[in-house]
Amino acid sequence: MKLSEILQQLDAAVCTHPERADTEVTGGYCGDLLSDVIANAQAGQVWVTIQVHSNIVAVAALKDLAAVILANGRKPQEDTLRKAQEQNVTLLTSPMTSFELAGKIYTMIAHLDLGSGCR
Amino acid sequence: MNGGTFRREFEVTGGDFYNAGRVSTEIKEILRQIGIAAPKIRRIAIAAYEAEMNIVMYARSGMVILQVTPEIVRLDVSDVGPGIENIELAMQEGYSTASEEMRALGFGAGMGLPNIKKNADRFEIRSEVGKGTTLEIEVNL
Ligand SMILES: Nc1ncnc2c1ncn2[C@@H]1O[C@H](COP(=O)(O)OP(=O)(O)O)[C@@H](O)[C@H]1O
Ligand SMILES: [Mg+2]
Repeated sequence: MKLSEILQQLDAAVCTHPERADTEVTGGYCGDLLSDVIANAQAGQVWVTIQVHSNIVAVAALKDLAAVILANGRKPQEDTLRKAQEQNVTLLTSPMTSFELAGKIYTMIAHLDLGSGCR
Repeated sequence: MNGGTFRREFEVTGGDFYNAGRVSTEIKEILRQIGIAAPKIRRIAIAAYEAEMNIVMYARSGMVILQVTPEIVRLDVSDVGPGIENIELAMQEGYSTASEEMRALGFGAGMGLPNIKKNADRFEIRSEVGKGTTLEIEVNL
């Protein structure tokens, strides 16, 4: 599924790299502990977190994540925006909680899998 | 690489959270350019990130030496810092001496050293209290 399809349904705003909205999303990971995300998130996933400081950018870049979604309407810090801009990391914000975001994204992707299985 | 060895040194500054992650990101990019397989790069990137973060969080200054041969990727990480009193304890998952401020930022999960070990084919850690810590990390190609 494309990031743009997810975006439409999440009430999310794009903070950096709107041109990367056609990036393919393979799944998602939720977490606010950076070591947990570094260890367990997979390339191509969207990462849902409430961390807004600039170190999230390095984590997203290292893991080749499709995007970082800041939950609870949290706004990225100034240097987070700058780094995301520099390092080609797509940063989004959404007023939804991590739980709601995960549920919605999971449903969208699971639905897609079911669909392709029937074809 | 025609059987040669690639070698590159990186400096890491203790307490510099703004630049934290830069060295591991650069290492990942170099390995990609060399043409190392993606699953290997992923493992090395995790180890490099955690090693870099430990210098930033706990040490005064440090260095990462990346070496690539046709057989292995090797990271030699050394720092000047407080060292680790009880390595066995530090290697336990969940053990962390990170400050409250660091934890609030999502650091200090106590997963760094265990994850380096998990992702390495060979891992050695040495430390001298009051002097510093060195890590040897190897991933077979
Ligand atoms: N380079 C280092 N210098 C001094 N102490 C360290 C260093 N690396 C790790 N430690 C100690 O080992 C503990 C565990 O490290 P780690 O597994 O990376 O987890 P975390 O960094 O999340 O605490 C740290 O909390 C710290 O006390
Ligand atoms: Mg650590």
